[in-house]
This record gives sequence, structure tokens and C-alpha cells, in this order.
Amino acid sequence: MKQRLRYYDSVGSRTFDVLNVLFLIGLAVVTVLPLLYVLAGSFATESEISSRPFFLWPHRFVTSTYHYIFSTDTFVRALLTTIGVTAVGTAIQLILTLTMAYPLAKRFLPGRALVLNLVIFTLVFSGGMIPTYLVVRNLGLLDSYWALILPLAINPFYLIVVKSFFQELPEALEEAARIDGCNELNVFLRIVLPLSKPIIATFSLFYAVGIWNDYMSPLLYIDDSKKWTLQMIVRQLTAANADSANVLQQLETVTFPEQGLKFAVVVVATLPILFFYPFLQKHFAKGVLIGSVKE
Amino acid sequence: MATDLVPEVVQPAAGSSRQASPPKRKRRTRNVPLWRDLLRYRWLYLLLLPGLAYFVIFKYLPMYGLTIAFKDYVPFLGYSGSEWVGLKHFQELFTGPDFGRLMFNTLLLAVLTIVFVFPAPIIVALLLNELRVNVLKRSVQSLIYIPHFLSWTIVASLTYLLFSVDFGVIANFIHGIVGGQQADYVAQAAWFRPLIVLQLLWKQTGWGTIIYLAALAGVDSQLYEAARVDGAGRWRQFWHITLPAIRPTIVVMAILTSGHLMDSGFEQIWLMTTSLNRDVADVFDTFVYYIGITQGSFSYATAVGLFKGVVGVVLIFGSNLLAKRLGQRGLF
Repeated sequence: MKQRLRYYDSVGSRTFDVLNVLFLIGLAVVTVLPLLYVLAGSFATESEISSRPFFLWPHRFVTSTYHYIFSTDTFVRALLTTIGVTAVGTAIQLILTLTMAYPLAKRFLPGRALVLNLVIFTLVFSGGMIPTYLVVRNLGLLDSYWALILPLAINPFYLIVVKSFFQELPEALEEAARIDGCNELNVFLRIVLPLSKPIIATFSLFYAVGIWNDYMSPLLYIDDSKKWTLQMIVRQLTAANADSANVLQQLETVTFPEQGLKFAVVVVATLPILFFYPFLQKHFAKGVLIGSVKE
Repeated sequence: MATDLVPEVVQPAAGSSRQASPPKRKRRTRNVPLWRDLLRYRWLYLLLLPGLAYFVIFKYLPMYGLTIAFKDYVPFLGYSGSEWVGLKHFQELFTGPDFGRLMFNTLLLAVLTIVFVFPAPIIVALLLNELRVNVLKRSVQSLIYIPHFLSWTIVASLTYLLFSVDFGVIANFIHGIVGGQQADYVAQAAWFRPLIVLQLLWKQTGWGTIIYLAALAGVDSQLYEAARVDGAGRWRQFWHITLPAIRPTIVVMAILTSGHLMDSGFEQIWLMTTSLNRDVADVFDTFVYYIGITQGSFSYATAVGLFKGVVGVVLIFGSNLLAKRLGQRGLF
């Protein structure tokens, strides 16, 4: 104990500690500052955004940008679309992942190794963008909301993690249920799923964030701007080379604080994620770590 | 349940220690016909079916679709009806004017990623590990993980808002210090790569620390105590205990990274591409989109994608082999 105190108290060691603390606090601040600035800017007037170099609290607090974006069809439709696709998509992803992971967790199941290898192979190699696009097109899913859900229905990484979780569940419980005459389906529904609540919570959040944030799928599969998701709107409004004129005519024709508008749209697209962040954080580290285990 | 999940699941990588199968469920022997297995495990196979269908339709059907890289695909004629042209599209790719530029841009971004982005989470994790105030450590972690959950469209939008001429806070700040003509960071080709690296650092550094912090948390504290008794200072403990402890993790992450050298992150690059920076921004991923989706040359675009995919497979197996040769545990 004495030795420990002495060595931590050396001048060099303490200097390092001070610098280290300062650096890491600085890093955390730099990470969140852009978000706070955009949040503050979304409540500021246009003149304040252009005149003040940087601020985290607007002089005049206005909500007119939010009133405006929520009064446009384009934005409200995109928001509702995104919420709907995220909800339905997450449910489908969860069902498919859980039902597939359970049989894969049964070591005695003939053919299990083959299927597992098929899954793992997709982590190393894939058909790529165009062949996948053609499959979606040939299925007649272009311009359908299903195109935003089905091609991403199972994340192979998540599947393997859930499978590992199922393998760790106590076999005795399942065995008892079998002896009582439960078939495998009922064992899965009545014994295994109730035990899996934490992992279901984790992956529903992971999946939901994935769909909410997805930009590539709508870009590839959705031409009809009436079916665009929030991420497409964000892109159209804020990108430097965005061809926003014809898409968001409605937004453009009204003379409106353009910067504030962008700020507000970014905030609305980000807020749900930040709202769920504390729940995510409770579980995600575990998800990442189990996912790193090799099979 | 959830709290004791990690230690249990992390270990059984070797995992065969459990006596999984109950006595009555013996492995299928040669004299049991297939239909019997199907009947016996019908519920399990039924559960497996939807997921398997997904993999067949959306993962393996596209792999079959890769054959159009060797054909002149006409949607009307279908995969098998289109004319076989052999390596025509690959010849076009390798001899065409774009190949050199695509390769250069893709590889340069990969090198920048390895040099600047790969070490960042290792350094931050090591610094976090030296923090002894737990509240502070957890607060910093909570904040630096956030950007990982934001979409690339949000990240690109933030970049535009912060770096654009006239309005951008950071652009104005730099202008205030440097003076002169204000640079248009988001449009100019020269600033494309620095911005990409900056975005990656902002978005992924915090998240990347998780895996290293887990490795660091697993170090036996007795090692440190023993070293201290032997008179090792803080630096020596770091050099001889901490660093060796996370070396396997670094190797695994390096293998994974090198497997993705050719994946430049389609969404990020696409969102940051402007008409002015196309020359430096075009990489294989975005090129496939331009050629395939925008111009409709499905076969050529598929050939480009296949080339990229094959190089990726070679890279991941190659680096795994290399890691094993160097005496490290590989991925597989």
C-alpha cells in the first residue's frame, strides 16, 4: 500500500494524470459540441445563426422552424414512413433472427453445421450491390417499403450472437418441459423466449437503429419521393450538391430561414436515437463483446 | 441474466465442453433415413425455415447473380438467357481509364484509415484505462460512444453545416485565424480526404474503445501488484503488462480491418461526393453504383463488385495467415 502511494505520487505520474484527465474531458466535449450547437441553432433565429460565430444557447428562443417543418407534408410523411418501416422491420428482423438462432443452437440437430457455415460464409463474401439490387427488382420490390426491410432481415453477426446466447441457457429447464410433453415449438415459445428478454431488448434496439439510420436501401430501392424516409430528406436538405429544388418544392417556395430549417431537420432525425441511447448503452457493450467471439 | 452474460459467453469459444445432447437424441447414424430426422425434429426445422429462406433469397441468390459479370445481362433475357461473354467486363475494367484512379483512391483512403483511424481507439482506451476516477471514466465513455449511433446522413449534414462557406462555424473559425480567401471545405477536392478521416475519427473512435477496454479489464491485477513489488513504475507496468495484454485484440482487429481495405464505406463516400471532388472521391463502391444503378450497365458493375469482393476475401485470409505466421492467434 505504501509503495503504491509513493509511486502514484511521483511528479511525472501526477502530471500525466492531470493531462490525461484534461485530454479525455476535452475529447468528450469535442465529440458532443457539434450536436449541442445544432440543437441550439434549431431554436435560434436566422439572423442569430449568421451573426454569432458559435453559441450553445440562443439569445432569442424561437420554435418557428419546428412549426414550419411539421406543417409540411413532405417532412411529416417521411417521419411517419420512417417510424412505420422501423417498427415493422424491427419486428420482422427479431422474429427471423430468434427463430433461426434457436435450432442453430441445438448441437444435435442434423444439418446444423452446414447451415451455420452458410451463414458464416456470408460474413466473408457477398453478392454485392448490383446482384442484390437485381434480386430485389426481380421480386418486384422496387418502390415498396418491403425493400427497406426484407434485404436486411437478418444480420448474420446478431444471429450468431443470439445463437451463442441460446446455447448458454440451462438445458435442464428445456429438458423438464420436454418430459412434460412440450414439443420443441412450445419449449421455444414458453421456456426459451421468456428467458431471453435481455437479449431481445438489446437486439430490437440495434435493429431499430439500423433501419432508422439506413440510407443505402432507400437510395437504391425507392425512386418515388413520396415514399422517402427521413434520412433521404436530411440528405436532400443539407447536402452541398443536393438537388432539393424539385423534391421539396414546398419547402423551397416559402421564404424561410434556411439554416435553421436544416438544423431542425437534423435534430428531429437524431432525437429518437438519443432518446433510446441510455437503454442502448445498458446492453450494447455486451452485444459487441459476444459478437467478437469466434465460433 | 444479462449481467453474467459476458464471462460465460466469451469463454466457450472452444465451447464443446457441454454435454449438449440428451441421451435420447443421438447423432444421426447412417442407417437412419433422412425423412426420419425431418419428422423427429420437424419443429426445429420449421423454425429454421424462414431464416434459411432469407439467406437463400437475399444472400445466395445474389451470389448466383454474380454470373452476370461474365455475361451481357439483359433483364428481359434473365440470368441464364443472357449472352456469355467471358472476361470481357474484367478486361474493360483493368484496361479502362477508371481503374487506376479507383484503385489509388480506394487504397489511399485505406492507408489513411490504418494510419489515423485504426490506432485512435487503442490510444483512447489506454488513456481511459489510466483514469482512476470511475465516474469520470464512465461519463467520458458515455459521451464518446454517441456518434456511433448517428447515421452517415446526419454526420454528413453536420459536416456541411459546420464547414460550409459563410455559415459553417468551423470554417469561419479557421478563416478567422488564417485569414485570406475562405476555403470551401465541403466542395473542394483537396479537403475531401481530411474530412473523411475526421468523420471516421469522430464517429468510430469512441465505439472502437469498447473491445480494447474489455481486453484491458481482463488483465489479472496480481500481475500489476507483482510488478509493483519488483519496483516497476507506471510506465514499465504499461509497457510490460498492459500493452502485451491487448496485443491479441489488436491483431484480430487488424485482420478485420485489412479484410475491409477495399470497403470504403459506400454511404459515407457517397454523401461526401460533390461534382467538384469526384476525381478523388470515386472508389470501387461508389463507382459500382454509378455504373450499375445510374447508368444501368449491370454486368460491368457486377464485374467491378466481384473483383472487389474477391480481393476482400484474399485480404482477410492473407492477413489471417500472416498473423499466424507471426505467432499470433488468428481469427480462424
